[in-house]
Amino acid sequence: MWEQAGIVVGALVTLAIFSLLYKDNPLYRFAESLLVGVSAGYYLVQYCFSAIYRKFYIPVIGEGDLWLLPGGILGLLILLRLSRRVQWMSRYAIAFYVAAWSGYLIPSVLQERILIQIRSTFPPSLAEASIWAVLGSLFLLVGVVSILVYFFFSAEHRGALGRISQVGITFLMVGFGASFGYTVMGRVSLLIGRFQYLFQDLPQALSF
Amino acid sequence: MKRTGPVVFGFLIGMLMLIQYFTQVPWIDDRYNNVLDWKQVVFGITLILGVVSLFLHHWKKIERKTGGWGYSVVTIAGLLFMIAAALIFGREEGPYPWMFDHVQAPMQSTMFALLAFYVASASYRAFRVRSFHAALLLTAGVIVMLGRVPLGEMMGFHIGEHYFSLGTISTLILDYPNLAAKRGVMIGVGLGMTATAIKIILGIERTYLGKGA
Repeated sequence: MWEQAGIVVGALVTLAIFSLLYKDNPLYRFAESLLVGVSAGYYLVQYCFSAIYRKFYIPVIGEGDLWLLPGGILGLLILLRLSRRVQWMSRYAIAFYVAAWSGYLIPSVLQERILIQIRSTFPPSLAEASIWAVLGSLFLLVGVVSILVYFFFSAEHRGALGRISQVGITFLMVGFGASFGYTVMGRVSLLIGRFQYLFQDLPQALSF
Repeated sequence: MKRTGPVVFGFLIGMLMLIQYFTQVPWIDDRYNNVLDWKQVVFGITLILGVVSLFLHHWKKIERKTGGWGYSVVTIAGLLFMIAAALIFGREEGPYPWMFDHVQAPMQSTMFALLAFYVASASYRAFRVRSFHAALLLTAGVIVMLGRVPLGEMMGFHIGEHYFSLGTISTLILDYPNLAAKRGVMIGVGLGMTATAIKIILGIERTYLGKGA
């Protein structure tokens, strides 16, 4: 019973959001406001449980692990942003969060985004791979190097540098076009999913 | 205390996180894991701050009866309902997961599906710029779009015995020029992130602390 009612409600809110295709209207704005409220409530509960309850309440209050107490104190400091008089104290929590992320990111970014990517760009030797694989890797190498030259702003893009950066922008445009096409198809498959919901799931739910 | 203190504190925490990668001292490993846990708690409480701000923003609109205040009632009602449902009935069953499955998830996926229409009109405007690079963007986009559907497998051409469908060409585009573009951007972004992270730890970049820091 609740499952069928849920499908009907889901169909109604789906139609309310699709109504924006006609024009901005109260039904759409109602659904939009509801989405904001429900999403905020949902994620608040999820994070309060997984972060505050599991990582603070249980270890500190339940098990007496005081090493996790500073997390709660820093968290409380961030709430001081709501008071103008003491909001400077929240800077400690912000500095903690941003600096912790920065320190955590440096090795992982260097490893994953730079070193591994550079290593994968270099072509394998002919003894290890076919001629087509080597040619493909060389093509990749030309693309990556020319794109990096395009993003190198310390010298004016003239002469050889300008020509290489033009090759780079050509690679970038093909890449952006491909990513665009891929994203559009992802959105279209979501749209098909919504239509299936409206034309298959909803009639089935109504015929119980 | 107000300005230098947070920067020094950030330096110490950032260096601890960085040093842990290069050392094998159990005490540092433990503190590193503690900081990762603290980060999660701070993030969770930051979310509370965000939700309180959202609540206060809409509450003021309702109090002052500004235009569209009725929608603020809907937002606050949705927010409070979800919190109350989780507290009274729990997170695993009852109205809380029901609202997620039948209200939040359908609305969110419809919002994203709606973008299919707006992306189509935006692409029309983008592709009207007649240049070589715009043509490349358009061609790559169309080939990838057609190559992802069954129709794309039927469209293609022969070179000798080999048949190249749009699906095959689409895969080639994704595997080579697209990969090169992504990799180039990723390396550039990685270098930028590393530089910014170093500036933050050293206290050179402190705009994230707000005015007066």
